[in-house]
Amino acid sequence: MQSVQFSAKFEYLDEIREFVGDVARAGGFGDKDVYNIQLAADEAASNIIEHAYEGVSDGVLELSCGVQGNIITIILVDHGESFDPSEIPMPDLKADLSDRKIGGLGIFLMRKLMDEVRYEVKPNKNNVLTMTKRKR
Amino acid sequence: MEIATQEFKHCDLITIKGRVDSSTAPQLAQALEAANESGKYKLVVDMTGLEYMSSAGFRALLAAQRNSKKYNRGEVVLVNVPDRIREALELAGFTELFKSFDDTLTAVGHF
Repeated sequence: MQSVQFSAKFEYLDEIREFVGDVARAGGFGDKDVYNIQLAADEAASNIIEHAYEGVSDGVLELSCGVQGNIITIILVDHGESFDPSEIPMPDLKADLSDRKIGGLGIFLMRKLMDEVRYEVKPNKNNVLTMTKRKR
Repeated sequence: MEIATQEFKHCDLITIKGRVDSSTAPQLAQALEAANESGKYKLVVDMTGLEYMSSAGFRALLAAQRNSKKYNRGEVVLVNVPDRIREALELAGFTELFKSFDDTLTAVGHF
């Protein structure tokens, strides 16, 4: 597992995607999987920056990523506001244009793109998001 | 991300290149809003050179589509959506909200 810390700012999303992309590629994931893993990591990090660290300018994001066997694991830890993922409504994908909700899309995509998405709130403000995906 | 707007007689062509994420999506939203604000509601978004788009970009497109389609005054159509981006748009249920074309000429001619 390789770990790296990022300042919780949107400008680092490029580097976050690059980091997980490099690990996935080195672990033998194909182009399509690599893109989807990068997208899931981006959506997760974007949510943390936007919501967990809302109004916080010096937030830190700890990203760990590794491939074991045919499974990639991405762990994102933040120390911002915790949230309950079950409270985020599923977007209504059949809704008309005018009724389409704009929120919740990131979490929805993460769940679709990865095999498993787990969120845990640990003591001392440690929010741990773990995502895994199996090589196809 | 690079973005350029070209005005045609019946529509505006907005070309996006590079990567659209939470950091760059505001620029895309701004370009789309700028077109709407100058009375242009028929918009062709050329994605030929687009490498990546997260849901932040999808939201910008959705807002523009909503505003452009109001009062039947126009719509946003997409050109040359790269495979990976098309798959993500499909997952998000967005493909049915946007007509898409394989080449710019046909898309511009659609208006």
